[in-house]
Amino acid sequence: MIQQSQGTIWLVIAGLAIGSFLLRFSFLGLIGKRQLPGWALRLLRYTPVAVIPGLMAPQIFLPADGSTLPDPIKLAAAAITVAVGVWSRNVIAAMAAGVSALAVLIWLFQS
Amino acid sequence: MTPGQAFWAGLKIGAPFVLVVAPFGAVFGVVATEAGLDIVQTLVFSIAVIAGAAQLTAVELMVQDAPTLIVLLTALAVNLRMAMYSASLAPHLGAAPVWQRALMSYLMVDQAYAIGVQQFEQHPDMPVGAKVGYFFGAVILLCPTWYLATLAGALLGTAIPPSLPVGFAVPIAFLALIGPMLRTLAHMVAAFVSVVGALIFAFVPYNLGLMIAAILAMGAGALVELWLIRRGRWS
Repeated sequence: MIQQSQGTIWLVIAGLAIGSFLLRFSFLGLIGKRQLPGWALRLLRYTPVAVIPGLMAPQIFLPADGSTLPDPIKLAAAAITVAVGVWSRNVIAAMAAGVSALAVLIWLFQS
Repeated sequence: MTPGQAFWAGLKIGAPFVLVVAPFGAVFGVVATEAGLDIVQTLVFSIAVIAGAAQLTAVELMVQDAPTLIVLLTALAVNLRMAMYSASLAPHLGAAPVWQRALMSYLMVDQAYAIGVQQFEQHPDMPVGAKVGYFFGAVILLCPTWYLATLAGALLGTAIPPSLPVGFAVPIAFLALIGPMLRTLAHMVAAFVSVVGALIFAFVPYNLGLMIAAILAMGAGALVELWLIRRGRWS
């Protein structure tokens, strides 16, 4: 659960709104027709795949409190989600596959 | 093509993407309310930011109790690609009046960019008014769908008892976003470095380990891309 104050939550929403708008408006609004240099475009291309897997990695690969190994059910559900996403190129299909796999595995091994 | 005709053409191409946007908005609504945001905060979040991956990133880092500056920087890093969209559309839309450019910037979601740039590169000689019309046509259904789906998800999320473990649904939602992005070896290497880096630097305070991992991963992706170009295997 989020422990931050209401003020902090609103600060994050406002900051993200302004920052996202400025990123979107940057070239279209302020810089005009000049192009970004090639090396910058090359780095920016990888930002989502550079941030999101790392954000999720601890929850998937590190053991939960009171255990010594990663949870095989989570590992399997995560692997299925990525595999279906790579294969189908479809976010919703991958989400559905991952949630179904998680539900089935929990039902099989934890009930 | 008149702006009006272009608007309807864009609308026709954009409409099916409602089916992609709606479930994702609902997922954000559920996750945000389960994390402790109220319905108004969740809805305002979606209306003000319209960027699902960055919104989920911010909520996840707030749950991890990261410092506010880190929450903002990391979520904005996820949105850095928007600057790339902006740069790539500027040659096509840069001549439009500034209020139209500002409105298009606010509405620039992944799908709108992809639909727009595909059309404009095939038809670079469309008048700028028609290009603007096409862009607005493509997003006109998507953004309201995003707001309403978020609201539906938020109402659903507050109805789910907090004792029910939906925790691991968050990694699943994120991983589902990543799979389709792993189009090239360079993207795969970047994702791998990101995971390994985040685990190695997990001890660094203030969630800065993730920033270190992300910077290394961006560099790794760019290096692999250069290597593939040199070997003539980059398309």
